[in-house]
Amino acid sequence: MKNALKKLGPLTGLVFVFALFSILRPEAFPTADNIQLMLLQTAVVGTAALGMTIVIISGGIDLSVGSVIALSTVVIALLMNAGASPLVAALGGVVIGAVCGSVIGALITQLRLAPFIVTLAMWGALRGAAKGLADEQIVLAPDSWLNRLLNVLTESQQWSLLPPGVWLMIVLALVVGGVLRYTKFGRHVFAVGSNEQTARLCGISVEKTKMGVYVLGSGFAALAGVLQFSYLTIGDPTTASGMELDVIAAVVIGGASLAGGEGKVFGSIVGALIMTVVANGSTKMELPNWVQEIVTGCIIILAVVLDRYRHRRTE
Amino acid sequence: MAQSPLTLEMRGIHKRFGATIALDGVDVRVQSGEVLALVGENGAGKSTLMKVLSGVVQPDAGNMLLNGKPFTPRHPHDARMAGVGMVYQELSLAQHLSVEENILLGMEPARMGFLNRPEMRRLAADAIAQLGRSDIRLDLRVGSLSIAECQLVEIARAVAVGCRVLVLDEPTSSLTVADSERFFELTHRLKKQGNAVIYISHVLEEVKQISDRFIVLRDGKSVGEGKTPSASTKQIISMMVGREVDDLYPRSKRKAGDVLLEVNNVAGDVKPVSASFELRRGEVLGIAGLIGAGRSELLRSIFGLDPVRRGEIRIGVYAGAASPVLRWTQGMGMVSEDRKNEGLAVSLSVSDNITLSRLDGFGPFGTVLPSRQDLATSTWVQRLNIKIQHLRQAVSSLSGGNQQKIALARLLHHDVDVFLLDEPTRGIDVGSKVEIYKLIDELATRGKAILMVSSYLPELLGICDRIAVMRRGELHSARPVADLDQHSVMLEATGSE
Repeated sequence: MKNALKKLGPLTGLVFVFALFSILRPEAFPTADNIQLMLLQTAVVGTAALGMTIVIISGGIDLSVGSVIALSTVVIALLMNAGASPLVAALGGVVIGAVCGSVIGALITQLRLAPFIVTLAMWGALRGAAKGLADEQIVLAPDSWLNRLLNVLTESQQWSLLPPGVWLMIVLALVVGGVLRYTKFGRHVFAVGSNEQTARLCGISVEKTKMGVYVLGSGFAALAGVLQFSYLTIGDPTTASGMELDVIAAVVIGGASLAGGEGKVFGSIVGALIMTVVANGSTKMELPNWVQEIVTGCIIILAVVLDRYRHRRTE
Repeated sequence: MAQSPLTLEMRGIHKRFGATIALDGVDVRVQSGEVLALVGENGAGKSTLMKVLSGVVQPDAGNMLLNGKPFTPRHPHDARMAGVGMVYQELSLAQHLSVEENILLGMEPARMGFLNRPEMRRLAADAIAQLGRSDIRLDLRVGSLSIAECQLVEIARAVAVGCRVLVLDEPTSSLTVADSERFFELTHRLKKQGNAVIYISHVLEEVKQISDRFIVLRDGKSVGEGKTPSASTKQIISMMVGREVDDLYPRSKRKAGDVLLEVNNVAGDVKPVSASFELRRGEVLGIAGLIGAGRSELLRSIFGLDPVRRGEIRIGVYAGAASPVLRWTQGMGMVSEDRKNEGLAVSLSVSDNITLSRLDGFGPFGTVLPSRQDLATSTWVQRLNIKIQHLRQAVSSLSGGNQQKIALARLLHHDVDVFLLDEPTRGIDVGSKVEIYKLIDELATRGKAILMVSSYLPELLGICDRIAVMRRGELHSARPVADLDQHSVMLEATGSE
């Protein structure tokens, strides 16, 4: 019983909701096409969740993710209209994200402001910047391979199993997981999140670590923006509004603690998948939107309660 | 105040949590007008026993009698109403409420939901008067009181409901020397008023001073008891650890070498005001003084955690600005006095905590491989005899003594030459203390330099080579321990002639 509970993590939750919808809608839900579609739908939130996982482990929070995604799509579209190659445009979007992250990091470490406050301000300011850059309208962009990162695979592309955008998320998840677990920076992020004073006492540069954390946080948000651009095929300053909360929810469902010092990349991706499966499954069940939203809310509470219960058991 | 006699008996108390037997047949008897000291190492079962007494947990077997009648509290509230009051180490007052509101919290006199203020005032004043401290104003917010006064309020809470069995859990652990003395007077007063006091403490000198009888717990059993005046400290310690303790304070013959740390006229923001000393290889230098004298601040300034406003701190040829990052690279490490909030990242594993300051060399290309981290950690765990289940266990689940050894192991892993130890044995069990003394002795013999702050004079006198006293931010010059005794150090620390 005890061991079963210990393993009753986010993955069990994912298997459960997947099985549930498979039983309820055996013909429409568990098909190869629908699974591929759900992975596609997860890619944007999942990629942003990688950065958010790092931020939350460090004991911080980033509310500006949705705005960074929108800014990134606008910057990419503008760069492409200015004649940049798709690759350069995508890199440009990511660099803008990293710059936003360094501003957030600087405000937090130099002015000693709470991450909640700083990123709340950036949530508004960056959305405004995106609208200003885009002249308050969508920015059309020329067609390129960048638009096909998140397309359902055609017959001739079946060899690659998954669309490139999904592969990107998977590879990055492995990299971030490895960095957190197997590098000095990763261990320092955990230490800062677990106890900042201890980290300082141990000679860890808390400021540098936090700078790195927020640059990565916004950097991954901007990468999610690249995928969002691919999905929209345009730059849209109003896109991804409220998505920061989905991203935070994915990380929390994945077992991270908002108090810091705890969190897993794998869990966060699973958390993002759970939310997609619930949304997709509810659509297949023809349940109205509001039902999905209530269900997602319940899942967040349930995930945290189960997580706490599990912790008490192991200690 | 003559009160009827009272006895509390706990007989054959058993309690097991899963596979661990916390209490294995404990018998305790205490009566009015006596102070019973309950001593034992961490994990010996003291706190579980008190939880049984206060109704927080129910015993698996055994019974309790209060004045010959069965006493079976199901909840702390039952115990209080029956007259058994607990005063915990970590105080549980509502910071924003007044003294009188706190004293009567949960039992406010009221009529139809409206507070009877005059009655409240009278009851609270009565309780405070019984403790002989009518000088404490009842309308003050508890948040503005000192720790000693908060403790008093906590005791008044128990007295106000008529508790006559009072359990005091490590009451002096955060008090100054003067407040401790006052506290002993209060304990004496409570006893004279016909209360039964159960006194839990790590500090055996205190136990000797105020208790009439003692009971030693070890591994969930009562292993010895007796009248306090007729037992020696050494005998009690031997019962606690279960073996003969020959040398509580080891001090090998050692010779001081080169100067590793030189502090000249250093002043911080508020404290220290001025401090100068030299610390040499192979010596243990103690800093004595009252709480608040600025000893921790001095260590923090040296380590770069607090600013230095004046003076010079020299390590080798370097005398520039300091930061913890730099100090570690210069071969200096520090153990914080605040284990939970600063010393350790308690939600992280044993391995992470020990290796946090130096994660190099655990893998190729600057990576940190957990397996190598664990390998390095396991040698320290063995050498320091740290009791853990596994290396990836969160340190929050360990006892104070084991946690402190982990904080020390970090300095050993980093292989520093200068050890700054701030209250390294505070709140830990005697067995661990003895091991830490041995370790310090061994380090000094191997040519390390140790600077140690402690409020526990016997240990400073026992293991240091020299002691400097700090008073109101001023560090007096260090003197060899041979020229000092407890009395002379106390006089110097308090500034009395």
